[in-house]
Amino acid sequence: MKRLLNAQSAFPALASMAVLTLFAVLFLHADSQGAVMGLTALAIVSVLLLARFGWNTLAAASFAEHGRQAHAAVLLGVLIVMAAFYDNHFPLLMLASVLLYIVVCLGLNLQFGYAGVVNFASAAFFGIGCYTSAVLVNHTPLPHILIVLAGGLMAAGIGSLLILPVLRTYGHYAALITIAFGILFRVFLEVNDTLGGPQGMKVPGMEILGWKLNDGLQFGELEISFYVNYVLLALGMVAIAFMLVRRLERSWIGLNLDAVRLDETACATFGIDVARWKIAAFTLGNFLAGLAGSVYAMMTGFVAPNSFTFGDSLILVSIVILGGIGNPWGLTVATAIVLILPEKLQFIQEYRLLLYAALVILILLFKPDGLMPRQVRNYLPGWKP
Amino acid sequence: MSTLLACEDLSMRFGGLVALNQLSLSVNEGEVLGLIGPNGSGKTTFFNVITGIYQASEGRVDYRRQDLTQMKAQEIYRAGVTRTFQRSRLCLPLSIFDNLMIGNHRRLDHSLWFNLFRRQEFRRQFEQHYAEAHQLVHTFSASLAEKLFDAAGSVNMIDRRRIEICRALISQPSLLLLDEPSAGMTHEETRELMDDILIVREHMPGLTIIIIEHEMNVIERITERCIVLNYGQKICEGPYAQVAADREVQEAYLGTQ
Repeated sequence: MKRLLNAQSAFPALASMAVLTLFAVLFLHADSQGAVMGLTALAIVSVLLLARFGWNTLAAASFAEHGRQAHAAVLLGVLIVMAAFYDNHFPLLMLASVLLYIVVCLGLNLQFGYAGVVNFASAAFFGIGCYTSAVLVNHTPLPHILIVLAGGLMAAGIGSLLILPVLRTYGHYAALITIAFGILFRVFLEVNDTLGGPQGMKVPGMEILGWKLNDGLQFGELEISFYVNYVLLALGMVAIAFMLVRRLERSWIGLNLDAVRLDETACATFGIDVARWKIAAFTLGNFLAGLAGSVYAMMTGFVAPNSFTFGDSLILVSIVILGGIGNPWGLTVATAIVLILPEKLQFIQEYRLLLYAALVILILLFKPDGLMPRQVRNYLPGWKP
Repeated sequence: MSTLLACEDLSMRFGGLVALNQLSLSVNEGEVLGLIGPNGSGKTTFFNVITGIYQASEGRVDYRRQDLTQMKAQEIYRAGVTRTFQRSRLCLPLSIFDNLMIGNHRRLDHSLWFNLFRRQEFRRQFEQHYAEAHQLVHTFSASLAEKLFDAAGSVNMIDRRRIEICRALISQPSLLLLDEPSAGMTHEETRELMDDILIVREHMPGLTIIIIEHEMNVIERITERCIVLNYGQKICEGPYAQVAADREVQEAYLGTQ
């Protein structure tokens, strides 16, 4: 027992992942409001209780120590949840959406968490990706994989225009510019008839090298929802984006981004080009948002201006704050909580913005570093001086 | 003895306020120069002008056949001029090692490809810089060198000052500017810090240092020559003993009777 319960062992991390996976399946399965509430309460109480007995820090240490196994366990967990709902559209759609939003939040984390460039228009950049793919899929014969890329590039390109005024301002004013852009984007979509106006546009499903993602699979009696395809694609995207952001953070570039956020004068005195790194983070972050957006549009089959409001951008920012600014794992957990909870707890739907606002205020008051605070940079996992 | 840095008629005006008034001075290669003068006499402004934080209104600063007033802060750093700040400007949430590597910027590889995909190569570069950083910090404090991966905000004032000095030293500059290193320190800490600066002298004999300081015993002990500023002008120059005895200097500090 002693051998299993310490940070050198992979057991705490793997056991936590197993329990988490089981919980996710149960939670997504729960139908009645009572069951959902019960499970939510159970989760909160057990996390608090486990924290009291030091389990959470133990699991985190074990997770860090056995990175490879732990990452495999997380991927396996997602696949198990997917398999548990293989014929059920709605939970799979939700799972794929969470995965795509994680990609967006990873991008936002680069911008806001590392380089300190505020972006209250990330839903708009997500939307740019959505609309780019909607237009290109409907009007061009381009292969869809290129269209996804185009969605990312379009968002990055428009972002690199927006960064110009952002670089010339500080703090609140930079935030205001991005807010204005987000609102402008939505108004532009609403009045633009070629883009479908307020009604939006239909988007055909995705096809990669003959793999039609909108076709379900049939194995004899077994019918598998086509959303499984999108979950797999989105999971692959998350894995790659996550690895990139992680490596970036654990490099000299990550250090530059942090320095730019923390002290611009000191940066300049030590040769760090503030504008260059802000532009790099902003562009890369928007690229990720656009990429996720263009897949999202093809998955849901429909885009409309209403999905890219200022409120949606605020939710994305609140996810990053809630999870722990600068911590990719934190935002992964926070995305799942923030997106799934209101879907399951129907009665809070109307109050969701109110709830997020309250949650963010509470977090900032009592746990300003978020649910999973970021640790100091560890350039090479497992390396010891 | 050759000249490393020479200012000619250097002026810095903020609107109507003249912070530096046609200042001319020269710094010799390898010397420790004390820059003293009452509050508001333009000492820190002088540092800010030569490090490119402020754009000089007039005049030039010659440093190795380059005019620093025409260069950006980033270029000045790459030319080998580094500094510490009067109020500590460390990135407190980052680790001590991170802070040192900010100072090491010109010797690190910042290309995207290297940082993301050549991780073996990165590991080698990282280990080499870690060893250097460890050695440098070790010359000042053995205990500090053992906690390079603690947050900079978790150590006390004197260790933070040491980190700042190491951050300025790690890229092996030619000119080091120390802006009142003893600010906010107790007598004991100030004495330790003086020892540190003497260690720097010993380990890097070619390094030129300009130090701004109000603690006169620091100036007396470590500088070879002093320049006294008042209202942005040089009023006196020479070894400490001579400067301290100067009537004009005494008047600048204490006022006329």
